[in-house]
Amino acid sequence: MSDAHFPTADEEANAPAKNSAAAAAERMAWDSRTRRMVTIYLPLACFVLILLFPFYWMTVTAFKPNAELYDYKTYNPFLIGSPTLEHLKHLLFETAYPTWLATTMTVAVCATALSLVSSTLAAYAIQRLRFRGSQYVGLAIYLAYLVPPSILFIPLAMMVTWFGLFDSPMALILVYPTFLIPFCTWLLIGYFKSIPYELEECALIDGATRIQILREITLPLAVPGLISAGIFSFTLSWNEFIYALAFIQSSEKKTVPVAILTELVTGDVYQWGALMAGSLLGSLPVALFYSLFVDYYVSSLTGAVKE
Amino acid sequence: MDTAAAQTWVRPKQELGAIARLFDWKPFLVTICLLPAVGLLLVFLTYPLGLGIYLAFTDTTIGRSGIWVGLENFEFLLEDRLWWNAVFYSVFYTGIATIAKFGLGLWLALLLNNHLPFKSILRAIILLPWIVPTVLSAIAFWWIYDPQFSIISYLLTDVLGWRTTNIDFIGTPWPARWSLIAANVWRGIPFVAISLLAGLQTISPSLYEAAMLDGTSGWQRFCHITFPMLLPILAIVMTFSIIFTFTDFQLVYAITRGGPINSTHLLATLAFQRGIPGGQLGEGAAIAVSMIPFLVFATLFSYFALARRKWQQGEADE
Repeated sequence: MSDAHFPTADEEANAPAKNSAAAAAERMAWDSRTRRMVTIYLPLACFVLILLFPFYWMTVTAFKPNAELYDYKTYNPFLIGSPTLEHLKHLLFETAYPTWLATTMTVAVCATALSLVSSTLAAYAIQRLRFRGSQYVGLAIYLAYLVPPSILFIPLAMMVTWFGLFDSPMALILVYPTFLIPFCTWLLIGYFKSIPYELEECALIDGATRIQILREITLPLAVPGLISAGIFSFTLSWNEFIYALAFIQSSEKKTVPVAILTELVTGDVYQWGALMAGSLLGSLPVALFYSLFVDYYVSSLTGAVKE
Repeated sequence: MDTAAAQTWVRPKQELGAIARLFDWKPFLVTICLLPAVGLLLVFLTYPLGLGIYLAFTDTTIGRSGIWVGLENFEFLLEDRLWWNAVFYSVFYTGIATIAKFGLGLWLALLLNNHLPFKSILRAIILLPWIVPTVLSAIAFWWIYDPQFSIISYLLTDVLGWRTTNIDFIGTPWPARWSLIAANVWRGIPFVAISLLAGLQTISPSLYEAAMLDGTSGWQRFCHITFPMLLPILAIVMTFSIIFTFTDFQLVYAITRGGPINSTHLLATLAFQRGIPGGQLGEGAAIAVSMIPFLVFATLFSYFALARRKWQQGEADE
């Protein structure tokens, strides 16, 4: 609770009134320290432990030799006896993993670039050009975010075939913006709102064109917003699963999440070491990318939610 | 001093070419700016949404464009035990997972709202499950739920000695259902916690001070200040969470693929199974379309929550 360091009214009422002030203060300080320990740090530690455990388990499994992996009696399963790079080697040199990584990276970067450009322009038009009905366009774009991919993948699979894009990463680059643009536009509208309109008015009086204003004033000021929109788009494209599963058939064009599940799981014997190494390696780019910009990310995420 | 000079002074007009002038003409500029976003959304979102609804009334299969069959697909679904199963599990999964996510997420947000050391690192760590690709963490859960080498079974049987046999997490219907919900909750907590934390930080401390002067207890302050002030943001985050939990696909597809004996199919996984590998596009689309009423309900909920929020803040409704 947010108030653990304050003694509650009940405690104060229960405290014998005759205690000397110093003793009471001392006891209260001790009380609040233990209380803080039990009510804040202990649950927090449990949360962190549970939230991180699957990653720890992933890492441990990825570097364990098979002998240890399937023998809990002789080896402690929580530790690695003799770390091995065997699974990683298998993954990188005996499967198409590097190709999958490259495809995923290309798709994520292109889809992110496409959505960033479109949503910056759209957000600028909606928030700053203020045409009649701009509110409704904004609302419509926001509503588009509420349409989940699970409803769209069947008709989209048909359309992708009509366009001759079936089994091509190009299909993913064109389709991913459908869920990236709504969020980015929404986030950037909020961001543009925080930039004083007076700056643009000054530029207009000085005779700048709208395009000049966007390029020289609004965009440079909106860089933090653009960065977080970019991170968000990249992460979402990297994580996308259902479209990639439905539109891509050939093994070498698959994205990492799909490929690990469909190509590495062969037969009845799962190669857990390789699977975990693949998952770990597939999570790393996103985790790294995100940790570099985590502050932008959290502030804009919370900002966008507040909006 | 010399007003005459000022009157004759003319601002040097910037010479603009025809193209530059066109780009400065507002209607044209608005159109150009909106074109990429609106175009992409119309072609790849609005049109497929309509097409999906149309497909639900046809008997299209892969490689053969179907004919209009009216409500036949839906009539078939109403008699399909698997579809009812999927409806039941989708509602159950969404209900339980949402309650757990919000209960635990709110708790975590309240914990994080304290004065803590290493706050930003803590926040970064807590967001990790949400950032990492769902399928990849689902594979980790799949391994954690392994019938023979599950680490949870190991802990309970060999370390703590509470059980004598391994838990069969995903081999039998009910344990499988609960295991999937647990994985979903694990993934959903960070987003809820961080969003609610943002909400908590907007609550003015003066409210708590005033309440404290009135001699309220911590629980009273939570009930009468924290919770009501958090309600608007809670409603929005919950709508998003409900929509994306109800239409979840990845987690179930990665861990159980709808099994054992089709007990963990959500509507989305059933639609995929019938539509893409099964080739029955019409029927798959009908299953997907049957999710829409629920989503409309959730969206209306969000809209009214937003309207209420404006009213609470003393702003006029737009």
